Amino acid sequence: MGPGRLRRDGADLDILGRRRLWYGLSLALLALSLAGLLGRGLNLGVEFTGGSVFTFTSASATVEEVRDAVGGALRGSGDEQVIVQRTGAHGWRVTTGLTAGDRASDEQVERVRRALAARFGLPPGEVGVQVIGASWGGRVTERAVLGLAVLLIAVIGYLSFAFEWRMALAAVAALGHDLVVTAGVYAWSGFEVTPATLLGFLTILGYSLYDAVVVFDMIKEVTARLGSTGKMTYTQAANRALNATLVRSLNTTLVAILPVASILFIGTTLLGAGTLKDLSLALFVGMIVGTYSSLCVATPLLVALKEREPRYAALARRVAGRDRALAGAGRAAPGDRAARAGRGPATTAHKRRKRQS
Amino acid sequence: MAALVAQQGAFVPRYGLDLAGGTTVTLSPVTPDGSRPSRESLDLAVDIIRDRVNGSGISDAETVRSGDTIVVSVPGRGRQEILELVGTTAELRFRPVLAVAPARADAAGAPTPPGTPAASARPEPSAPASPRASGRPYPPATPDPAATPGAPPGGGQGTPAAPDPLAGVDLTGIESALAEEFRRIDCSARSRGQGVPDDPGARIVACSQDGSSRYILDRAAVRGVDVADATAGVDPASGEWIVTAEFTGLGATEFARVTGRLTGLPEPRNRLAVVLDGVVVSAPAIREAVPGGTARIGGDFTRETATRLAHQLRYGALPLRFEPGTVEEISSTLGADQLRGGLLAGGLGLLAVVGYALLYYRGLGLVAVSSLAVAALLTYLSVAVLGAYAGFRLSLPHIVGLIVSIGVTADSFIVYFERIRDGLRAGRPLPLAVETGWRRARRTILVADAVTLIAAVTLYLLAVGGVAGFAFAMGLTTLIDLAVVFLFTRPLVTLLARLRFFAEGHRLSGLARPRRTVGAEPAPRGT
Repeated sequence: MGPGRLRRDGADLDILGRRRLWYGLSLALLALSLAGLLGRGLNLGVEFTGGSVFTFTSASATVEEVRDAVGGALRGSGDEQVIVQRTGAHGWRVTTGLTAGDRASDEQVERVRRALAARFGLPPGEVGVQVIGASWGGRVTERAVLGLAVLLIAVIGYLSFAFEWRMALAAVAALGHDLVVTAGVYAWSGFEVTPATLLGFLTILGYSLYDAVVVFDMIKEVTARLGSTGKMTYTQAANRALNATLVRSLNTTLVAILPVASILFIGTTLLGAGTLKDLSLALFVGMIVGTYSSLCVATPLLVALKEREPRYAALARRVAGRDRALAGAGRAAPGDRAARAGRGPATTAHKRRKRQS
Repeated sequence: MAALVAQQGAFVPRYGLDLAGGTTVTLSPVTPDGSRPSRESLDLAVDIIRDRVNGSGISDAETVRSGDTIVVSVPGRGRQEILELVGTTAELRFRPVLAVAPARADAAGAPTPPGTPAASARPEPSAPASPRASGRPYPPATPDPAATPGAPPGGGQGTPAAPDPLAGVDLTGIESALAEEFRRIDCSARSRGQGVPDDPGARIVACSQDGSSRYILDRAAVRGVDVADATAGVDPASGEWIVTAEFTGLGATEFARVTGRLTGLPEPRNRLAVVLDGVVVSAPAIREAVPGGTARIGGDFTRETATRLAHQLRYGALPLRFEPGTVEEISSTLGADQLRGGLLAGGLGLLAVVGYALLYYRGLGLVAVSSLAVAALLTYLSVAVLGAYAGFRLSLPHIVGLIVSIGVTADSFIVYFERIRDGLRAGRPLPLAVETGWRRARRTILVADAVTLIAAVTLYLLAVGGVAGFAFAMGLTTLIDLAVVFLFTRPLVTLLARLRFFAEGHRLSGLARPRRTVGAEPAPRGT
């Protein structure tokens, strides 16, 4: 489906008809993510776990040399984040994720210390070691979680007011889906979770809600006068709305993802470990999943909720009866094209007509 | 806004700790009995200091507990003044004034505080740098010959003998030890008694902050923890800087009671001193009882001192005292390569977006690209102005967040353009399609941006540290998006729709009529 065709007559895809496929796909993604989160866990950065700081003085050292010396001492112990900083004229400060306490990590700390001393010709005592607490401590996380909780309540309240509670529920469910899947990617890839990553998560949160709201706005518009003619079920109307907004969704995602993709590319290939890589992976995955979930998770959930409403259930029965009658008469049903978007009775009618011909 | 930027010469945004480096201070806590501070009090101190250095939440400072010390890093080099900000103990009390005198008798020429009746008689024999204002009785064996005989035994009528520098000061009902201390205190010394144990249940002797007066103060009437909030502002009546403090329920009752009692007492006993960390910040006369839990504190403030006092009032209960530690300058944590990489990536991404918009939307793509350019310019100016005026510090996550906002901003245009095309597909003439398309797109944009704004405001208000700064940037770009769409994109499209190139649906305008209108599926109802 190239943009050319989309542009001329709008898309005509039966998205909601394949909802079992989407549910299956999302459940599989969620299961995989949860397995990763529980099985492998997240690779939390120094800011969460605390770490060790090494300080020493050297007039001749360069950032690369220091990084190299520490990296050599840490070889084989995973890709630890190492922050090298100058302090004052000749002072150096190296922050690593090493925590002291047990024997293994104490040994590692000692190894880094000796490596730095050897490399820059200092007695080991001249390299100071300090084990520090997490800067992104309990309270910062606590407040962020509190903020998130209040945020979700506020958004549900607002969407219930602007749309209706079913849409609010579906949008927030899709949001949870996006966040879990993104977190799963971190668990499996072993990318480090830093405060920057959390900010990426928050961006996804905003993006996911934004996207769902744009889609729901179109659904609300298309289904507003539904039932006056009895030609379409809610599901079919929602499918139309999805098609009407599909070009927008794809364009927006593409436009939003192009810069993120280039950050991810440069962050991974040219720069290696660092904020850029941490942040852009969360955004890259989160935006793709966010667009997917607005179309294929939030909307099916919404439709499932709406079809339980008596008036739309009755409408679905009317439409099905009408389609059956039309099919029985052996004529091409005018509502057929739309009916294909539906499922159940409409599909049966379609098959029956095929058998007859 | 551009004028503001130009005026400040602030064309460059301020960068955060990760990109620009900064200043680090290590603080060591001091407990009264020399024991190790508890983990809880340290954590509380970290929270208070974090609030102090990152008051509005957008300056990207970092506060870490490191063993028994606290390490504070703020962006920007050479910022020695943060030492003052983070190290002040700032225990705050409101104490009624019992007596006032100029700082030292030999400072007779110095301005005396208004309403201070004391006129100094004679230079005081230069007092030794005394163990000031400790609240403990002063040892009677002193090198000052005038002092010992001058002190009356017990309370009683305490007006000292004639050669006393404090002649005229009413010391009625004041313990002799306290009076003695009052006589000896040297307020012109560099240290004015900050941080001495300051028992709220005892009367104390203290100096004013500028060192010009000394006071005897009654027991604390209201304490710092009773202050709910404090703000600095200009009094509209007098045009002077004042600090407005709001009290909690209990504090409000106490404050109303004490101000009620002070009204009508003779000068200087009608004054209520604001004592911070053992130093009198301000001692205004109380003219009437202050009910309602809001106090206005005046007294020769400048904008700077008023703001500082408001800050100190707001975070006035630091549980520990700190020894100012080492100040170090640190380099950026990320280095220039990350910033360069981020900007390069952002540039490449933008280029791709521009290319895509032009290919897909043709003429309309130009509208999108110029709208994005306006949004980018506004964002840059806002960041520069906020950096100069509000301490906003741009860190790498912010930059990435701004790059991401390109997508959300572009979406507003895309929603609009698609609505116009829907209208054309339904067979409407271009001017009508532009109008009805806008009405529908406007609603979508408003609803969707409102959700983002709710998210940004909630996180800004509730979260601390980097999250608050990020939420701030998110809210900012959303507002800019709204401004650009409403004030730039929309008028531009209306204007362009009048041009022949667009109105006739030129192949390259992006508004070409779909070829298969007739016989094709009618557009969804309501689109």
